[in-house]
Amino acid sequence: MIPQASTYAASIDNVILLIAVLVGFWFIAAEGMFFWLIWRFRAKEGVKSEYLEGHEPHVKKWITWPHSLVLVCDVFIIIGAVQVWYNVKQRLPDDADATIRIIGQQWAWTFQHPGADNDLDTADDIFTVDDLHVEVDRTYIFQLQSRDVLHSFSVPVFRIKQDAIPGRSIMGWFEPTQTGEYDVQCVEICGIGHGVMAARIHIEDAQQHADWIRSASTGTAQ
Amino acid sequence: MAFPKPQATLRSATGIPTGRLAVWWLLASEVVIFGGVLGSYLMHRLGHPEWAEAASHTNTWIGAFNTFVLLTSSFTAVLAHQAAEKGDGKKAAGFLVLTIGGALTFLMVKSYEWTVEILEGFTITANGFWSFYYTAAGLHALHVIAGAIIMGIVAADAYRGRELQRVELIGIYWHFVDVVWIFLFPLLYIAK
Amino acid sequence: MAHTATAADTHHDAHAHEHHGPQGILKYLWSTDHKMIAMQYLFTGIAMGLIGAYMAYVFRMQTAFPGVNVPGFGQVSPGEYNSLITNHGTIMIFWVAMPVLVAAFGNFLIPLMIGADDMVFPRINRLSYQVFLLSAIVLIVSFFVPGGGFGGAWTAYPPLSAVAEYNQTNLGSSLWLLAVALEFVAFLLGGINFITTLMNSRAPGMRAYDIPLVCWMIVIASILFMLSVGPLIAGAVMLFFDQTLGTGFYDPARGGDPVLWQHLFWFFGHPEVYVVLLPAIGITIDVIATFARKKVFGYKLMLYTTVATGVLSFFVWAHHQFIAGIDPRMANVFTITTLLISVPIAELCFVIIATLYGGSIRLTTPMLWALAFMAEFLIGGVTGIFLGASGADIYFHDTYFVLAHFHYTFFPIAIIGTFAAFTYWFPKMFGRMMNDTLGKIHFWGTIIPFNIIFIPLFVLGIGGEHRRIYNYEHFPELAGEGMFMLRQIATVALLVMLIFQVVFFYNCYVSWKKGEKAGKNPWKANTLEWTTESPPPHGNWPEGLPNVYRGPYEYGHPDRKEDYWPQNQPS
Ligand code: HEA
Ligand code: HEA
Ligand code: CUA
Ligand SMILES: [Cu+2]
Repeated sequence: MIPQASTYAASIDNVILLIAVLVGFWFIAAEGMFFWLIWRFRAKEGVKSEYLEGHEPHVKKWITWPHSLVLVCDVFIIIGAVQVWYNVKQRLPDDADATIRIIGQQWAWTFQHPGADNDLDTADDIFTVDDLHVEVDRTYIFQLQSRDVLHSFSVPVFRIKQDAIPGRSIMGWFEPTQTGEYDVQCVEICGIGHGVMAARIHIEDAQQHADWIRSASTGTAQ
Repeated sequence: MAFPKPQATLRSATGIPTGRLAVWWLLASEVVIFGGVLGSYLMHRLGHPEWAEAASHTNTWIGAFNTFVLLTSSFTAVLAHQAAEKGDGKKAAGFLVLTIGGALTFLMVKSYEWTVEILEGFTITANGFWSFYYTAAGLHALHVIAGAIIMGIVAADAYRGRELQRVELIGIYWHFVDVVWIFLFPLLYIAK
Repeated sequence: MAHTATAADTHHDAHAHEHHGPQGILKYLWSTDHKMIAMQYLFTGIAMGLIGAYMAYVFRMQTAFPGVNVPGFGQVSPGEYNSLITNHGTIMIFWVAMPVLVAAFGNFLIPLMIGADDMVFPRINRLSYQVFLLSAIVLIVSFFVPGGGFGGAWTAYPPLSAVAEYNQTNLGSSLWLLAVALEFVAFLLGGINFITTLMNSRAPGMRAYDIPLVCWMIVIASILFMLSVGPLIAGAVMLFFDQTLGTGFYDPARGGDPVLWQHLFWFFGHPEVYVVLLPAIGITIDVIATFARKKVFGYKLMLYTTVATGVLSFFVWAHHQFIAGIDPRMANVFTITTLLISVPIAELCFVIIATLYGGSIRLTTPMLWALAFMAEFLIGGVTGIFLGASGADIYFHDTYFVLAHFHYTFFPIAIIGTFAAFTYWFPKMFGRMMNDTLGKIHFWGTIIPFNIIFIPLFVLGIGGEHRRIYNYEHFPELAGEGMFMLRQIATVALLVMLIFQVVFFYNCYVSWKKGEKAGKNPWKANTLEWTTESPPPHGNWPEGLPNVYRGPYEYGHPDRKEDYWPQNQPS
């Protein structure tokens, strides 16, 4: 699988793994039973099929038991999924280190970084197109907006994904754990250029990030 | 072109005449259509208190008059059904014509009302309220028109004593059109 | 029996009338016979299926070999790519799965299986097909108007779908919407017919629990459709006004809400997937019962479970919108309902599997298709669980994992299930047997490539490949050689699969011309359609409609020498 570069990437992968195990068990059991029955009860000369209604207790238990056990598995999956969901989507860290704004439009991403003073909507904000710069091990809150149609902000290595809706500002958060340069994708169809709406996220260590802020501030001060 | 009636049409395993069953199912599908419009409207209306201003430009008196017209026409539809039950096709047709008259009155009043509003600048694109106003009432008006046309056909048949059971069916449909208006009237005219 | 005698009389009367009807080619176009209308739906569905498959071929070529000059199409521009996938999805669901599974088999089977001579409203039935045909024509016209076909995905999310400036296919998107709306009207008309026919026109003696499951499933599907599509029709009217008049129902700047459409769409969209699933399950269980010579394991259980699935399906819609900006707390509710729906569906699967127990299984071509449906659908079903779990869907949403999930449900339903039904009822429809060897070649030639197409797509989805991208070279992490290799494997497998469809059409042609005569009941099945001639004449049972004495699945009854017991045999 692709690298895990955010604090919650591993927990999302673990839910996926949990589901894979539980569901995989049933899948293999059901398919195994299925093919075994096909082989075991293949037509044989002179052997007539059995007449079963399906409500005789000794056969019906083969349906009722699995069916309740599936329900039990569902409960485990729900608990796992909701926990992760709560952590990723339903809360915002109250000790976030910085806020950034992400704006989608046909067909590019504009990223508004807080700049040297670490406050958004001040004079030293850094605007970039299709390049997002963040510092490793810092918690970011993002405000996601759109200027025209729906877009969707997705960073696969973070496992995060969120639709951008015109007229709204949707909040979310992430904390990178690994430096590097990765894909940002637009994953909601947004017109002809949807296929080229790619951006890059640059996860830098403190030194690199400070350097970048310095160079960008002189270059593109707005 | 002559079409044979299949045996299937004449059977009734449930004991309910097939035509009536069909009308009920038709209405079930219509209920969810209007449910969709009204549900969307209500959600938006609650989210936009400022639409009350736009709503205050609707003419409650005209709306009330149209409500009265529709209720009366529902009543004549019931009378038509009663006449049809007794096998009196001519009388049933007469009452159906009265009902159609109600429908036409409703539509005429509606066109007057819309003309005035559009001339005042309250077109379908004026704001969200007016968009819903014309869409919901327009969808309803389409049903009134369709009902009036079908009623004309049913009345012509009933006059010659044919297909009298259809008088009841169009009546059920007409009551539905009426009930939809009963929902639309307070939501579009009274809530301000 | 007095009432059968009168039945025959009335029918004779009706038959005399028929000769005043239209003649020549009009006889087919203007027929009100349910079997003829079924054929019209079937052939329109097959034609549209070929168009949908052609589109899949073109855009799969483009994703695997970006920029290639696709033979039979040419270069694929980004706009064309969007339009191709949009219309591929729309066609496959609304013009292939629905008309074939629900309308064609519903029309063919319901009157024949419940012992009626036609639908209760034959003219409404004909109107339903005519509206459907019109909708198909409107859709096809929409590809060729200036600007090209609509390219905003089959979900048509506004504002993209609403504003010409954004989608750049002004006319195309309006025509697309109009076509879909007309198609809904056609199925509402058809659905009312199916429901009332099943309720009222059953043969004398046929109780509710004597109705073959496939009829129940098609009718429950029709009810589901009817009750869920209304809000979307309302939503479509609003979208149409947004497109043409410039209203702002979905425009946030003017007080509208783009997410409203998503709710209306998925409130219909999720029940819709069960609308096509149920008939396929019904077909499967009927075919399996016949060829396993087994009574269905728990007829009532199956029926109640289906109803439960139908009811639950109205409460899961927002699992398509987990990350679409809805209130995050809502996701928890929808995760729970979505996972709950796995229970009745698991039960349906278990019932089908358990029906094999104690059987005497014959692997004929239709049986192979039915078994394959079960085996493959399980993959589609269990992968749905990954998506239903909100926490995991954050990653999977709109990746190829979703895509592979729903092709593993839709393909079994719309293609495998259809082939099961088609090969099973072919003798009844055309009076001749299909060639079994050719049938099996076609079966393996379809099933094996199918898995080779979509398993790589699961892998790609897990690797982060997202949907609706005409060229992955723009995304460095998705442009690796390994990933392109998987895409190419899938595309080559598709080509192989398409080639094997030639075997199917050849088989149809040869069997239709020279196949062995089928006789009334070639499969030794119980249900009523096998008690009349193949193909059934006008009026289905000219010598009088049948009476019913028992349930549809009395196979292997211990008191009988024969292992089947037709429903109309007085003992
Ligand atoms: C007929 C088609 C069909 C069917 C039957 C299903 C069935 C299911 N689908 Fe699927 N789905 C689609 C067609 C279908 N789907 C389509 C077309 C889309 C994408 C639309 C788009 O965006 O374009 C989609 C997308 C989709 C999503 C949204 C994904 C996203 O966009 O992020 C979700 C999320 O919950 C989902 C879930 C499910 C579930 C839980 C089922 C369940 O019904 C499955 C239940 C079945 C089983 C579970 C198997 C049998 C059970 C067992 C073997 C027992 C073991 C099980 C457990 C322990 C749980 N589907
Ligand atoms: C029933 C539904 C259905 C079916 C059967 C298929 C079949 C196929 N689909 Fe499709 N697909 C969708 C529904 C379906 N699809 C939907 C809803 C979307 C989403 C669109 C969107 O994003 O908006 C989609 C999108 C989609 C994509 C994603 C494009 C993208 O996001 O960039 C891809 C990519 O590979 C794809 C591939 C295929 C392939 C290779 C097949 C092959 O299996 C095709 C092979 C076809 C045949 C072999 C047909 C032969 C059959 C007949 C001729 C009829 C026979 C009939 C009788 C006997 C009666 N599909
Ligand atoms: Cu922006 Cu897709
Ligand atoms: Cu769903």
